[in-house]
Amino acid sequence: METMKKMLLDYADAEMRNISAHDTAKVAAMRAEALKRFAESGFPTRKMEHWRNSKIVGNQEYNFSIGKESTCKSCHDFSCVIKDFDTEVIKMKNGVFDEDESLRTLESGVIIGSTMAAMQKYPEIFDKYFGTCKLDEANGFYDINTALWQDGFFIFVPRNVVGKKPIQIIKLIDNKEIPFIQTRNIIILEENSQLTIVDCDDTKCHQASMINSYTEMILGENAHLESYKMQNLNDNTILLNTNTAKQLSNSTLQSCIISFNGGRIRNNIHVDLDGEGSDLQIYGLYLMDKQQHVDNQLKINHNVPNCTSNEKFKGILDNEATAVFNGHVLVAPNAQKTNAYQNNSNIILTDKAKVNTMPFLEIYADDVKCSHGTSTGQLDQEAMFYMRQRGIKKEDARMLLMYAFAAEISNHVNISALRERIDDMIQRRLKGELSSCDTCAFQCGQKEYDFKLDLDKI
Amino acid sequence: MLFNIKNLHVSIGGREILKGFNLGVNAGEVHAIMGPNGTGKSTLAATITGREGYEITEGEIWYKGKNIVGLPAEERANMGIFLSFQYPVEIPGVSIQNFMRTALNSKREYQGLPPMSVLEFNKLMKQKQAMVEITEKLQNRYVNVGYSGGEKKKNEIFQMAMLEPQLAILDETDSGLDIDALRIVANGVNQLHNEDNAFIVITHYQRLLDYIVPDFVHVMYDGRIVKSGDKKLALELEDKGYEWVKDLAI
Repeated sequence: METMKKMLLDYADAEMRNISAHDTAKVAAMRAEALKRFAESGFPTRKMEHWRNSKIVGNQEYNFSIGKESTCKSCHDFSCVIKDFDTEVIKMKNGVFDEDESLRTLESGVIIGSTMAAMQKYPEIFDKYFGTCKLDEANGFYDINTALWQDGFFIFVPRNVVGKKPIQIIKLIDNKEIPFIQTRNIIILEENSQLTIVDCDDTKCHQASMINSYTEMILGENAHLESYKMQNLNDNTILLNTNTAKQLSNSTLQSCIISFNGGRIRNNIHVDLDGEGSDLQIYGLYLMDKQQHVDNQLKINHNVPNCTSNEKFKGILDNEATAVFNGHVLVAPNAQKTNAYQNNSNIILTDKAKVNTMPFLEIYADDVKCSHGTSTGQLDQEAMFYMRQRGIKKEDARMLLMYAFAAEISNHVNISALRERIDDMIQRRLKGELSSCDTCAFQCGQKEYDFKLDLDKI
Repeated sequence: MLFNIKNLHVSIGGREILKGFNLGVNAGEVHAIMGPNGTGKSTLAATITGREGYEITEGEIWYKGKNIVGLPAEERANMGIFLSFQYPVEIPGVSIQNFMRTALNSKREYQGLPPMSVLEFNKLMKQKQAMVEITEKLQNRYVNVGYSGGEKKKNEIFQMAMLEPQLAILDETDSGLDIDALRIVANGVNQLHNEDNAFIVITHYQRLLDYIVPDFVHVMYDGRIVKSGDKKLALELEDKGYEWVKDLAI
């Protein structure tokens, strides 16, 4: 990745003045500091513990190009309609916005749109929150994103405001080059506010790309955020998705990350529970096949007493797919009465698919309830025969078992219209009928087939 | 003849378990197969229903005029062969309602019938539940998850009632049942029994046969039937135990 590092540093040399033209002083200082660190340390390597099993690093097949595209002219060409699900939509293509729609204030007072535009229009709000989420271990991806970001989505919910409609973020990659896209996103919920977001990553056809996305989520006191993330990318895409969150007292964050497709995906999740009574529920599902790779790295810091966290990640791996799960919960010495659970279970369908899983609790307080568990196995053969003996075809029995396994995660989706959509996508994925291509934002509004089993009532 | 096994030899992992098993069953009959542990009773049930891993080295299994050796398990099931499992399997995440509906519609598809409507299906469920005195709502229960031993066996008979097989094999359905559950299970079986179907009741004890009265009793030992008779044979076995059977095998 040395060539890539050089390419990025050269680009920074040439373009930094343009990139940082509208920066606040804080942002400019952060860029300079991050760039310096990146020049010294570069990208992470597999020699580092947290990147040991990663397939993101150490690859150099693509000739990435970087540069800011002109504004997205064709953003209104795509849409993603979910039946009975009314949302406010933010659309980005190749990491940039449609100029006309770059920032808007909704009726409820929620502000949504471009990070770059928000920095210029609301510098005070921006500086108050930007860069306040911590990452225990800064790495080259974080550094280069901080140094060179040029846009991303910005969501601001003022105090006491309840976002009426969920915010739906559609990000599409469609580029003739092989782009290296860096998005910088920030979601701010001030005290007593509430919001739901649905965040989709899609690609068009076989386009290769690398996405290095960094999202901060700041939850004020008693703020409630539900976040649904869907990743459906082609096999040539590398997605590095870093989410950092900071939760103040009595705030709740429910996050659901579903990886349907993607060449190589890494989700770095870092949450600081900084206020008493805060609650984090994080669910993950990955359905990988071929040579796809997914890596979920979680770090949850219980910094204060009386907080709860629950991690549940499940995956089904076919062919030669590989997955990594690393759940790390750290309970600080004063964080008494912590409840923390983590679980990772996997079904492996072939001899060649592989999972590296490591749930990890690091506890320094003495009055806590924590547990972790992991399981990796094949489809239950006893259950398979039981179903077939009742007349259910082998393929249908497999589907029922796999779907039942996956539905434990999708059951946590609170919005029924969205849950139905996700269930439908899971079913199609399991049948091999969902590829990043046919479900990208252009088509996913239509149900294309009639699923034979009635799985609605499971 | 509805069902006919001829000179069946079955091995598991190279070890011969069934060694020349013969059995003929006509529609309307109830056959009991008794015998000590390890004589191949469960192997017989698994082989008839098409479980993988059971190698048939010799012999034929005829059902409705067709040799079913080699047919997949689901096809045999759809032809009307049902096994009430000795240890019913728990399937977390799959509701009993959805499970039964998928099974029933698979059978209907096999028979060339359209899928059953939801309304019709729910009515049928309710009716068959009553037959085995299941009062709770099954809609949201996962298959066998959290059931007691007795509930699991009742659930097996409920499924049998839903699918209306022509040949039902009850594999140690009585084991682990208290007398009330036994009565309910037997009662369900007796209601389902008619001129067109047949039952093979595999059991260890005579107790179940007080409730489900067999037309024939077969004693199995070392992979085959060593003695056949009417229901009095079961009583004789209860009296003398299985020791004397071993002499018959030599």
